[in-house]
Amino acid sequence: MRIADGYGVRLVAAMSLKLEAVTKRVGPEIHLQDIDLDIAPGSLTVLLGPTLAGKTSLMRLMAGLDRPTAGRVLVDGADVTGQSVKRRDVAMVYQQFINYPSFTVYENIASPLRRAGLGRDEIDRRVRSVAELLHIEGLLDRLPAALSGGQQQRTALARGLVKEAGLLLLDEPLVNLDYKLREELREELLSIFAERKSIVVYATTEPLEALMLGGNVVVLDEGRILQQGSTIDVYTRPASIRIGGIFSDPPINLIGGSVEQNRLVLGDVVVGPRTAHLGNVAVGQYSFGVRSNALYVNRRSDADMEIRGIVELSEISGSETFVHVAHNGVSWVAQEEGIHSFALGDSIDIYLDPAALFVFDWRGGLVAAPGRTTA
Amino acid sequence: MTLRKRHIGLLIYFGVLLLPIYWMLNMSLRTNADILGGFAFVPTDPTLDNYLKIFTDPSWYSGYINSIIYVSINTVISLSVALPAAYAFSRYRFFGDKHMFFWLLTNRMAPPAVFLLPFFQLYSTFGLIDTHIAVAISHCLFNVPLAVWILEGFMSGVPREIDEMAYMDGYSFPRFFGTIFVPLIRSGIGVTAFFCFMFSWVELLLARTLTTTDAKPIAATMTRTVSATGLDWGLLAAAGVLTIVPGALVIWFVRNHMAKGFALGRV
Repeated sequence: MRIADGYGVRLVAAMSLKLEAVTKRVGPEIHLQDIDLDIAPGSLTVLLGPTLAGKTSLMRLMAGLDRPTAGRVLVDGADVTGQSVKRRDVAMVYQQFINYPSFTVYENIASPLRRAGLGRDEIDRRVRSVAELLHIEGLLDRLPAALSGGQQQRTALARGLVKEAGLLLLDEPLVNLDYKLREELREELLSIFAERKSIVVYATTEPLEALMLGGNVVVLDEGRILQQGSTIDVYTRPASIRIGGIFSDPPINLIGGSVEQNRLVLGDVVVGPRTAHLGNVAVGQYSFGVRSNALYVNRRSDADMEIRGIVELSEISGSETFVHVAHNGVSWVAQEEGIHSFALGDSIDIYLDPAALFVFDWRGGLVAAPGRTTA
Repeated sequence: MTLRKRHIGLLIYFGVLLLPIYWMLNMSLRTNADILGGFAFVPTDPTLDNYLKIFTDPSWYSGYINSIIYVSINTVISLSVALPAAYAFSRYRFFGDKHMFFWLLTNRMAPPAVFLLPFFQLYSTFGLIDTHIAVAISHCLFNVPLAVWILEGFMSGVPREIDEMAYMDGYSFPRFFGTIFVPLIRSGIGVTAFFCFMFSWVELLLARTLTTTDAKPIAATMTRTVSATGLDWGLLAAAGVLTIVPGALVIWFVRNHMAKGFALGRV
């Protein structure tokens, strides 16, 4: 589709991307196994997974930088599996700040446009507008080596965006930046993505980042897709313990227990009522999971269950405090708003609302999840 | 400024290192009679006659010209062959790549004399004896492996992602290589050129054997100064000084890049 806008006529890609049973092996190692993905035009997909989950491998296959060992990659329904990256409509931003060191920021951003054979004025307009978007308009004459890390990554992002490729791949673009810069850039990126018509694929290890970006999430682990769906759905209903662990930071707290006729036993001492979503769970042994942000140092309601433990560690992160509490050999992490100090070794009570419990069966599959209001 | 003991030690060491070069310079400024006549640390009656003779006598200055020609040809060939080879070794995994890389280096482990006869026989057959190209090609046997080795180190220091990004930006390989990649490793190219130059410049055995008159290198000219009247000491010393000059100049140009090469452990 060609449309006219403030930049003059340009091609607006509305690409769709499909991966069919894609497998990537390098020697004896399996990097990706049977990946099936269907990405709708103009959507934002977050690849979430721990390091070595295969996020980068998957992106490289989508880009056409690597060729899958088996399976097909389809763009707009056409098989592009073996097609060279030069002929794909793709832009990628790497985790490391990758720019052409010998080009100025301006030339870096302009290089994809120059190769595309655009006119001088058109290039100038587009470079300046994207530089303004990323607040690097004052740095256009500098070389990348003379920039800070954040500015270098902004340059790399600008080059990724300026091309208006149908597929924009971002491989943990913010991970090497400091906390404040990351927050700032993430917000800007969100508004930039909203205006894009291209597919955006964003890889991250951080659950919080995935939640902020929204869109769809694909949870990857050890080269397999564990779950995919809208980000908020996957967050509120992680299909297994492993997904709960990946999609929680700190990882979801787990404890074995049982659902009995009219009460709930966590570990072997804590007893609570069997309320809300637990009502439908059959009697038996289960693993219970609770996110740290649903554990409290103060009692909130009478229904709260009380867990007595010993403070192992207390870490302050930004405006939150994480308290690690040992209870019966299980370590729990509670996330408390504000900055608190807890003496190590002190006895402490932490509280949880049974309505916030995830219930998993012995294989690790989800049996019951809290309603959305508690998530 | 006070001279500490350490400094004095270093100065003495430096002096000992420079003494032969100084002595050559000293001799080059004196006449044979003066040199043989007595010991003088500073020439009492300095003369530039020796240098004048070298610059005016074709049998002398053509030696320099011949050397410069085949050294330049060799450097150009070595670099243009080694650049793609080093890129392949640095970027691609292929069957036997590591063995091949090591095998390249083993070419340098044999002394040039080993290859003397094969080269002579081969070049005689093709009528290449006494041409600049013959010497240049024979030196490639030693310089290409070295060049590949050094360049591979510099190339591996450039993130592979830059290549990929260039392809995504729409660069063709030759264009990417010429406009992006080569500028990134220019210090490596400088250092490599320097090593090719130096080896080829000082190599005597092959250069002398493969040439007779038309392409005779300066090193060979210098070994033929023995005449019925004995050695021409002053002339030989002046030729020696002039032989050092190009090397010193090239070192001056690449001195900053050399440090980078040393840091990579490839020089």
